[in-house]
Amino acid sequence: MLKWKFDNDRSISAQISETIQKGILSGVYPPGSGIPSVRALAVEAGVNPNTMQKALAELEAQGLLHTQRTSGRTVTSDEKLITELRQRMATSYIDAFFQSMMGLGIEPQLAIEMLTSRKTPINPTEVS
Amino acid sequence: MSTILEARQLCKRFGAATALEHVNFSFAPGHIIGLLGPNGSGKTTLIKLVCGLLTPTEGEVLVCGMQPSHQTKSLVSYLPDKLYFDNWMKVRDCLALFADFYQDFDRAKATDMMASLGIDTNKTFRTLSKGTQEKVQLSLVMSRRAQLYLLDEPIGGVDPAARDFILDTIINNYNDQGTVVISTHLISDIERVLDDVVFLFGGRVERMASVDSLREQYGKSVDEVFREVFRC
Repeated sequence: MLKWKFDNDRSISAQISETIQKGILSGVYPPGSGIPSVRALAVEAGVNPNTMQKALAELEAQGLLHTQRTSGRTVTSDEKLITELRQRMATSYIDAFFQSMMGLGIEPQLAIEMLTSRKTPINPTEVS
Repeated sequence: MSTILEARQLCKRFGAATALEHVNFSFAPGHIIGLLGPNGSGKTTLIKLVCGLLTPTEGEVLVCGMQPSHQTKSLVSYLPDKLYFDNWMKVRDCLALFADFYQDFDRAKATDMMASLGIDTNKTFRTLSKGTQEKVQLSLVMSRRAQLYLLDEPIGGVDPAARDFILDTIINNYNDQGTVVISTHLISDIERVLDDVVFLFGGRVERMASVDSLREQYGKSVDEVFREVFRC
């Protein structure tokens, strides 16, 4: 099951695409596996089916999803595409991290030092 | 069929008071449309015109290309903003009434929905809370296989958990050819299920856009845009 949560300041379809991308990266939808139907996903996320359709079409255009004539949509088995996606999302998280740190008046160099010297173990249940 | 609901220069006046002024729109099948506006902006008047409960002063409104008539009533499933069942009726009497009245009524679906909402069909209307009465009416209306669903304030009186269930029901139930028009001012609860929104203000269409394009344009939720546009 994916975690569906929507921010107010961006389009819903972009946020749906992102949630499904995370699902692919975190293994909820492994490479080559099938994903639920548009209707089922729309109900799961509590969104309009047309919006869900739009988000899935966007992911198809990126090559992350494929439509099979008989068995609905499947996740790509192209590991290279998935690695690229992971890289891209990781970079945007890192950028956001540095931006937040700058907002606290902490320069990137210091932020990196703080990261590497962090001792508290990371609780995996807190990772979204 | 390309348009399911269309208004052309639609005007409605009550004596000197103008309820709607030169409203134009057209909607394709398979969409969920939010009719949003402050109190007294003409939402209910517009819905009543589509149902044929009111007649236009000027212009016209078309359902599947036809003016509202007995023919369009079989295509339209309407949830009024008022409760209309008599107090002595049991919930199962209402089910029987709908089964008699509407050919497209799916009784099993309505019964299932009421069971999910925990409604006892042996109770009389008088003994139900207002929210439960609304749930009964909405279950009946959503269990028709209609082309056009007109829901006037469907979630106003029900609790948040039931609201989610009702929205899921709307997403699940409406068929691809069907169009749902929901009038409400509880925007934040429903904007995720909408395709398009129509902002009505003083009887005029103030804005008409898709939910995502509004969110992209303003970087805000439709609820926030609404509060900005209609700031008192």
